[in-house]
Amino acid sequence: MWEKEEKKNHPIWVGREFSKCSGCRKCEIACSLRHENKLWPEASRVRVFMLVPGTEFPHLCTQCEDYPCVKACRFKALGVNEATSAVTVNAEKCTGCGKCIDACPGKVPHVHPQTNKILICDLCGGDPQCAKVCQEGGWNCLRVVEREDHEFKLFARVPEETAKALATKLYGEKAEEFL
Amino acid sequence: MLGYNGKFLEVDLSNSSFKDVTVPEEWLKDYIGGRALAARILSDRLISKWETIDPLGPENLLFFLPGPFTGYFPGGRTCVTGKSPQSNGMVGSTVGGEFGVELRCAGYDGVIVLGKSEKPVYLFIKDSDVELRDARNIWGKDCKQTEALLNKECRQLLAERYPRVGVWKQPAKLYIGPAGERKVRPSVVVAKWTHAAGYGGYGAVMGSKNLKAVAVTGTGPLPEVADMEKVTQMIDEACKGAYENVLWRRWGTGGGGYNFGAETSSEPVRNWQEEWHDKKSYGVDQFENKVWVKPAWSDFGCPTNCLKISCIRAGKYKGAITDNPDYELQAFLGPNLGLFTPEENVYLSSLIEDLGMCGIQGGSVLGFAGELYQRGILTQVDLDGIDLKWGDVDAFAALAKKIASREGIGDILAEGTYRAALRLGKLKGQNLLPFTVTGKGISIGAHGIRSGRDFSRDIGYACSVQGGDHTSQTDLPLDGWGSEIWTIFNDSAVMCIFTSFNISRTFRYDFYEAITGQTLTRKGWLTCGGMKTLQIQRAMLLLGGPDLKWNPTVDDDNPERFYEPLPTGPCKGQSADHASVKQKVRQYYDQAGWDQDGIPTSEALTKLNLEYVDKSICKLRK
Repeated sequence: MWEKEEKKNHPIWVGREFSKCSGCRKCEIACSLRHENKLWPEASRVRVFMLVPGTEFPHLCTQCEDYPCVKACRFKALGVNEATSAVTVNAEKCTGCGKCIDACPGKVPHVHPQTNKILICDLCGGDPQCAKVCQEGGWNCLRVVEREDHEFKLFARVPEETAKALATKLYGEKAEEFL
Repeated sequence: MLGYNGKFLEVDLSNSSFKDVTVPEEWLKDYIGGRALAARILSDRLISKWETIDPLGPENLLFFLPGPFTGYFPGGRTCVTGKSPQSNGMVGSTVGGEFGVELRCAGYDGVIVLGKSEKPVYLFIKDSDVELRDARNIWGKDCKQTEALLNKECRQLLAERYPRVGVWKQPAKLYIGPAGERKVRPSVVVAKWTHAAGYGGYGAVMGSKNLKAVAVTGTGPLPEVADMEKVTQMIDEACKGAYENVLWRRWGTGGGGYNFGAETSSEPVRNWQEEWHDKKSYGVDQFENKVWVKPAWSDFGCPTNCLKISCIRAGKYKGAITDNPDYELQAFLGPNLGLFTPEENVYLSSLIEDLGMCGIQGGSVLGFAGELYQRGILTQVDLDGIDLKWGDVDAFAALAKKIASREGIGDILAEGTYRAALRLGKLKGQNLLPFTVTGKGISIGAHGIRSGRDFSRDIGYACSVQGGDHTSQTDLPLDGWGSEIWTIFNDSAVMCIFTSFNISRTFRYDFYEAITGQTLTRKGWLTCGGMKTLQIQRAMLLLGGPDLKWNPTVDDDNPERFYEPLPTGPCKGQSADHASVKQKVRQYYDQAGWDQDGIPTSEALTKLNLEYVDKSICKLRK
């Protein structure tokens, strides 16, 4: 009964261990190079927050099983890629209204600073560059794992909550003063 | 020009006005950015009346200049500069963090600040939306509080003004602590709690202008480059080189506190009375085991993560937080004060950083006071009851707070080691300069020259246009890799040298070409931009300021202490050699095109098309 159910294809997931993030933002650099061919942190699908120095962490889509962002889109601009399980954005239909941001438990999506279309991680079609550069540098904060059944929403937290958890872990009660 | 945005933001605090300004493209080609470009702009505007300008007065200019490398070259840095209240020259001081990257993404190549605000303000830049905001509720707050308050206020503003775009990140910020506000000369411009543009005293300049902080959010891409493919390939190459540096990545500069004491014997111990110690309690393993809570901390794009975070989680110094501390703070706020435990060092580093003081300049003036106390020149009465014994961290902490608030003796020590020695010397009727270890008013970094085992050279500080700045030392020959000319390139590009250990020395010129499309060679930099900057900085340094001027015959030399033999350790008995230093200084003058009095000659300046500099310094010639 404990054996895993055999699946035909194994979608990937970007596993994340925030306490290992050095704050180097190489994930932002890699993501924007891949998608924009520019070095453009605000147009990156993964964004590193540093609400308290030392508590840097990458903020990116976790692909919730119920995809509240997709459901919230009134223009049917969002969908799900069956092979990768990533959220897809149809730029032609997206109005940049922000409903998906409201629906996301982690407030992960954000609007492209120039095109005004929503930006959500597409897992680079199955080869996420953010995890790749993080591994190259040996930080091991982001890594590619098989998508298994767990509560993905646990990872879709707003930046303030993640920062608070990390700051408390690092600085103890003192963290209260920094938030 | 490729690699640049093509505009600088000029802010006049006296009338709260802003304008976009440009500089001639020739200047960008010659001076690149950061330190060199600031030297060109600053001298253009002020050199004709340089000696009359008080660095802490409204006439001084303050620069926040990244360079074309910022954001692209791994590990982003920004140059902070202006007329220095420490040297009365110009000191190009660079600081890590994301400030320069955000500023470039906001569409600016730099910020130039003029005048003085009536009330405390901070500058908030969101792309091309720029405003000065009331900073009265932040004024007086320490650096950790300032970081938190600015994050809160700026993110709230962004959310209100740009509501439908998602959660806003924190803006990148540079700010000052209470020491800068009170124009304490050993004060710094701070980023991310613990990073600082240290040398030069620009925290005091911000304070004198009533400018508490600059916060910037940029949503655009970095400026377009000439060859993106080449740039990304070179970034990879630089990172791969840095990744191989396993020990450096693990320890950063943190191994220095022990190694520079025990092995290279070049660490300040009790105000440089010794440069050797062998305290195992100060080994980097002790820091790693006892105080490091984060083993890898990086700035934008940095592969090296030489920073770590230390936090004291229990006991007397609970709540103290700093980075490693890096070697300079380990030394100056450790053995320099007779302290040899990680806990005491982290506590004092955390305090100094919270106050916005410089670990080096502040540690130096604390050590100077410590030695005067040891010799009975300063008494407990002078110190308002503080028993300033070596190794008493609480006593040194109490004195640091007095300096930051300019209270009692702190008001004199807040002038920095050199000036404090002059003032206290008058009060005590005694020459106190023999107890200062400074170059041109700047306390020398924690790399002594007596043992000859460190990277520092015997004329490294004496001939530098940035005085005691250990990151800008120079050496003979002037066209060799040890000279200041190459540091000027790093500070102008602006790049971090801790991410570039395993790449070739010419890598940077190729990188420059990939960014800007302009060709630059080693020789080109030596005969043009690098040399011009050296001459401009030298001229401004010699012109001096209203309170102090340097006499090259006396001041192009090491502090007296470096001629005293080392009293302990494997290099016992060694010292710098007067005759040799004198001879090398002469040679340096010749190679730099300076006359026998150390003043740049008309010929040298004219050859570099620096007639305007020549005109301003002819009054110095006999």
